[in-house]
Amino acid sequence: MTVPVEITINGKACAGEVEERQLLVHFIRENAGLTGTKVGCDTSQCGTCTVQLDGVSAKSCTVLTVQASGSSVTTIEGISDGVDLHPLQEAFWNNHGLQCGFCTPGMIMAASELLRNNPSPTREEIRHGLEGNICRCTGYQNIVSAVEDAAGKMGGR
Amino acid sequence: MFPAQLTYHRAGSVAEAVQLLSDNEGAKLLAGGHSLLPLMKLRLAAPAVLVDIGRIEALKGISASDGGITIGALTTHAEIASSDLVQQNAPVLAEAAALVGDPAVRNRGTIGGSVSHADPASDQPTVLTALGATFNVTGPGGDRSIAAADFATGLLENALNDNEVLTSISVPSVPSGAGSAYVKFSHPASRYAVVGAAAILSVSGGACSSASVAVGGVETKPARASSVEAALAGSDLGDAALDAAAAAVGGDLSGDPMGDVFASAEYRRAMAAVYVRRALGAAASRAG
Repeated sequence: MTVPVEITINGKACAGEVEERQLLVHFIRENAGLTGTKVGCDTSQCGTCTVQLDGVSAKSCTVLTVQASGSSVTTIEGISDGVDLHPLQEAFWNNHGLQCGFCTPGMIMAASELLRNNPSPTREEIRHGLEGNICRCTGYQNIVSAVEDAAGKMGGR
Repeated sequence: MFPAQLTYHRAGSVAEAVQLLSDNEGAKLLAGGHSLLPLMKLRLAAPAVLVDIGRIEALKGISASDGGITIGALTTHAEIASSDLVQQNAPVLAEAAALVGDPAVRNRGTIGGSVSHADPASDQPTVLTALGATFNVTGPGGDRSIAAADFATGLLENALNDNEVLTSISVPSVPSGAGSAYVKFSHPASRYAVVGAAAILSVSGGACSSASVAVGGVETKPARASSVEAALAGSDLGDAALDAAAAAVGGDLSGDPMGDVFASAEYRRAMAAVYVRRALGAAASRAG
């Protein structure tokens, strides 16, 4: 059976008829057509599906679409205006904070919450803040450097 | 992966949730969903009906109450970890909340959902057992209370009836001057506790005047470590006393610890003594 839902994604109302068992990540990707958010481990461990749900980071593979109906979601597509990169995106690029890029949307969404709560994190605090996000390419040195760089550019240090 | 077909209801109040549970046999409550949804995706659970209580405001928040604090069932781990009231009255609970999963999990996961799920590898049931907390429950016939130590009845099983809702948890303040600690051996991927140990120690005149210790992750539910507590009573909380007390934890385990591909039963049993010792050391250093 399907039910009507409406979720504000990146400031835009997205309505749909979905199965009650549908996961939010699939609504974002398939109904809203925003494929920046990835499905990785699908067991809420890898973090590549991380979005901001009502202002805090959430793993969208572990939320039902119906649960999120009425809520606001920000995805990786929503953090910049589409022309200029967000300082975190710029910093991941400049610091080689990615190879394949699959984990990057989740890394950036998690890092944006980290910097909101702690604008000048130490490298250790960055590692702690990103512990729900797994990268299988680079190791984490450049990712931590990217977040550190972005913190500086965003005025945190 | 996705769950089996289900029917979803969003309850507007506790009374409505109780009614929906009563009307739909086999219905499951959904709070943050961070314990239940992963099980449903793996098809280890397939409830036909979900009753979402996640937006009931009355179940959220932390307040001061007689002799302690009351924590609404929907309070998230992130809220507990950053709460001044928790820090002042039961800092060990905030310490444990900060170790649950990862930041995104702590944003969505709730204390009520976590304890109701009754996963022996979760952190808060062990801490709440050591704290002597009380779980407040509402059902069709009214309200009742269940002691933390009696709440989990086995692996993923709790003392709630099918149409009852856990509404809040009453946590008594730790005694003034007491030292408390929670330490865990985290599974490297999931952050679940392979072994977790909580200790609350009070000192008077250089001797241990009260001790409350619990250990989780080893058996199907958290165990109060009364042998450890007895060994600590009256001791000077020096290294030798803590070594001897931690070694006594074997007497508090049933002799049937769980084992899996990551940590065998023998290993968990050995680690129980190690982590109890670390919790005792940290708590003793904070007491006085």
